[in-house]
Amino acid sequence: MQISKILWAGAAMLALTTAANAADTLNVLTWCDHEDPTLLQPFEQANNVKINFKDIDSTAAILAVLGQSKPGDWDVLVLDETDTGRLQQKGLLAELDAKDYPFGDIPTEIADPKLTSVDGKLYSVPEKFGYNTVAYNKTAVDPKAMTDINAIWDPKYKGRVAIYDYYVPEIEYVAMALGKNPADLTEADLPAIKEKLIALKANASMVGDVTTVQQALASGSVDILVGGGEWVTAGIAKDNPNLDYVIPTQGGVRWQQGLAIFADSKQKDLAKKFVQYIVSPEAQGKLATSACYWGMPANGKAVLNDEQKTILRWSDQPGYIKTSHPYLQMTSAFDKQLQALWAEVLQAK
Amino acid sequence: MASTNEARAASQARLAGLGFTLPAVAWILLFFGAPLVIMAIYSLLPLDAEGAPGGFSLDAYRQFFGESAYVEAVWNSVVTTAVVVVVSLLLAYPFAYILAYRVPKRWQRLAIACAILPFWTSYVVRSYAWLLVLAPTGIVNWVLINLGVVARPITLAYNPSATELGFVHFFIMLNALTIYANLVQINPRYVLAAQDLGASSWKSFLAVTFPLSIPGMTVGAFLTVVLCIGDFITPQILGGNKELLLPQVIMMQIQRQLDLPMASVMSLVLTLIVAVVYLLLQRQMRMARL
Repeated sequence: MQISKILWAGAAMLALTTAANAADTLNVLTWCDHEDPTLLQPFEQANNVKINFKDIDSTAAILAVLGQSKPGDWDVLVLDETDTGRLQQKGLLAELDAKDYPFGDIPTEIADPKLTSVDGKLYSVPEKFGYNTVAYNKTAVDPKAMTDINAIWDPKYKGRVAIYDYYVPEIEYVAMALGKNPADLTEADLPAIKEKLIALKANASMVGDVTTVQQALASGSVDILVGGGEWVTAGIAKDNPNLDYVIPTQGGVRWQQGLAIFADSKQKDLAKKFVQYIVSPEAQGKLATSACYWGMPANGKAVLNDEQKTILRWSDQPGYIKTSHPYLQMTSAFDKQLQALWAEVLQAK
Repeated sequence: MASTNEARAASQARLAGLGFTLPAVAWILLFFGAPLVIMAIYSLLPLDAEGAPGGFSLDAYRQFFGESAYVEAVWNSVVTTAVVVVVSLLLAYPFAYILAYRVPKRWQRLAIACAILPFWTSYVVRSYAWLLVLAPTGIVNWVLINLGVVARPITLAYNPSATELGFVHFFIMLNALTIYANLVQINPRYVLAAQDLGASSWKSFLAVTFPLSIPGMTVGAFLTVVLCIGDFITPQILGGNKELLLPQVIMMQIQRQLDLPMASVMSLVLTLIVAVVYLLLQRQMRMARL
């Protein structure tokens, strides 16, 4: 009898502990810039909760993790806002109420419903953005010449150009060089884009991922980097003060990440609190200057000092935002076409 | 009666043999056979225009073989692997031969330890180290420019040759070890017998040593094919994407769209190539010689 009581008590304690653990943990799929303890700890302490994060780096990685998880395992995700519609169509995202978030402090172009909403319903909240730029070594090339996107095809830079290996910003830059609006690209534009990309590749010494192109630019193997993002130079700017970046006069390419809540989350209130915290002015300042990579906070009231604002080019933002295009929003089929086109460009001799 | 006992003993031996092999068979079925079948099934479920899994069809195969860039990636992988195998064997053989027959026994262990030192470094670090050597601002160009041999840096990195160099550096040692293990097992009396019969050193090498060392070369070549043709890191770091190899194209399918059906088709093609190479080489791969 005594043993039976002890067993029941043990079972009850175990059940309570398990439930408490489940309630005390918020599971977040996030990019590396959300993993600083200085960003997460204030939320954890204020809400007596532990953030269990898993590092992802793309929408494909999100889908891969979900494929190995049960519905409800994850509560919040950080996403490339170009893919809001794609994830919503898969039924993965919970509808959000705009009144819960500081949309009044977010620039109109960044809060564009094309990126955050589907059929008038909000599914993601913008939190951070930046640009795929033309980065260069200002002691080796003329900074003025770099403001024209056509400079990267100039034969005098042959063998001194690196191309970032992500076809979306590269195709958008080529579209702008051809005088096209990236948002209006259709299948009919692809032959001209391919030809121009092959010419760019012929002028370049390499096409590489972030680490490879960053290393090439920092070591002086190349003097120009096309499409690599301001984070490439920001990460190495202290040791390489000669590196700089520009958004060409023809326009730039803007990346933008947002926060969303999973439709199957069992802790939607806590998830909402977390999203609200991340887009609050204090957390936005920390997210913008994350140890992993810097980027512009979506909230214009982000807490940043003058030096940080200078590095982020705070005062240039209105102009940058106006002249930049977000990543292409496209069907899966068109994306596959672009991917095949990119493979053809890389295979071109 | 005796024949009944013998039959029973034979039956028990067969059962015991089956019992001993069962764990290995189960392991292979579970961790090789089943994933292969799953991959084959995935390859028949291509994504539709919205990126969702569609019905059973051969569309992913049609897309793969209909896209010249993807087929070219297969060809590039085969050519790169062939070049790496041949160059690695050509360089590894003399090294293994000297190690086996010219280096005194007491120094051989030290020499082998030195030979496997490159394996102690991370694969990624080794590739980046090569980049520091070959880059326009690297050691080779620095020496050439300072000696006045060239006026401007020459292109050594970020091309298929750099990829092959990175591979060869790694696989020379692997091949040297398999060839060395083979050479030291060859009975020296065979060579002595050939020389007693009037064969020169060169002739006895060609007629005796070399043919008997073919299993070691074959095993090394096969391991090189398996590891080289599926490698993503070296071409990604050293190749500069001047041409794509099949593993890079597979990664493209995964990283952007998580297109597992297309990635499965490509992986099956890769597996098929390795299987064909195995079938071509398996008669020569006598592991007992190693």
